[in-house]
Amino acid sequence: MNETAHIEHRDYATAKLGMWLFLFTEILLFGGMFLVYAEYRQLNTADFHEAGREMNVFLGAANTVILLTSSLTMALAISAIKKGMKIRSLLFQAATVLLGLGFLVNKYFEWSDHIRKGLYPDSPVLLAMSHGKILFFGLYYVMTGIHALHVIIGLSVIVFMFALTLRGNISDTDYVKLENTGLFWHIVDIIWIYLFPLFYLIL
Amino acid sequence: MEENTSHHVATRTFVFVWIALLCLTGLTIKAAQMQMGEWSMVANIAIASVKASLVLWFFMHLKYEKRLFKLLLFVPIITISIIIVLTFFDIWYR
Repeated sequence: MNETAHIEHRDYATAKLGMWLFLFTEILLFGGMFLVYAEYRQLNTADFHEAGREMNVFLGAANTVILLTSSLTMALAISAIKKGMKIRSLLFQAATVLLGLGFLVNKYFEWSDHIRKGLYPDSPVLLAMSHGKILFFGLYYVMTGIHALHVIIGLSVIVFMFALTLRGNISDTDYVKLENTGLFWHIVDIIWIYLFPLFYLIL
Repeated sequence: MEENTSHHVATRTFVFVWIALLCLTGLTIKAAQMQMGEWSMVANIAIASVKASLVLWFFMHLKYEKRLFKLLLFVPIITISIIIVLTFFDIWYR
């Protein structure tokens, strides 16, 4: 390898390794919350099952389908840019953003429905319920809330990547930024894959 | 760019994985409705783990990465597993 070939220094493997290490901290962040959920559920099984019936399985399933599909469009956006198909990649990135927004709209309807019923942290309705149900709804709001925050962050980054792709900053010779964005988006999807049965499917 | 080991994955592969993920979502809802008590929970976690593995392996390209990436993933998974199992020993045997 001669010197001139490395004027523009890019370290592809390290960029990806850095992203994976960050994702591991995300796994540990949510892992801690899953641990709290597992322990409280073990101690309040009956209350958790009763509180779980308040959840709208249909909306939860719809959001699962939306996120899984957005993961597909994200993966396709990356393979399109690798093949140099810029327009196709942009379209798939846009589709990912639209699906992510759809997820948040569903979440909005879901939460406003709970709040209308008086089921929000520290509400008089909730405080009158048993200890286990208070814990269930507390965990529900914290875990799906932090997850929704990740969706918002992920969407913002994808919009940023869309602009970079449009300007040619991300191309078939340099796409690691888009790949790392994809990795983040997929980990958000994986977390939802676990949240869905834990909160919506305890019937 | 010699280290840029890009691997082209066929669109078909991604679509198949996506269909499998949707089928597993349907299966997990069915498993929950069967009212098998705590076994529904076990089934749901098992199905979620299969779904997560599919996303990791194909969508996140782990299948095509160097061995280092595959092995590193075990660090957070084993850490979390040890913490959860030890916590549950406390709940079960206290």
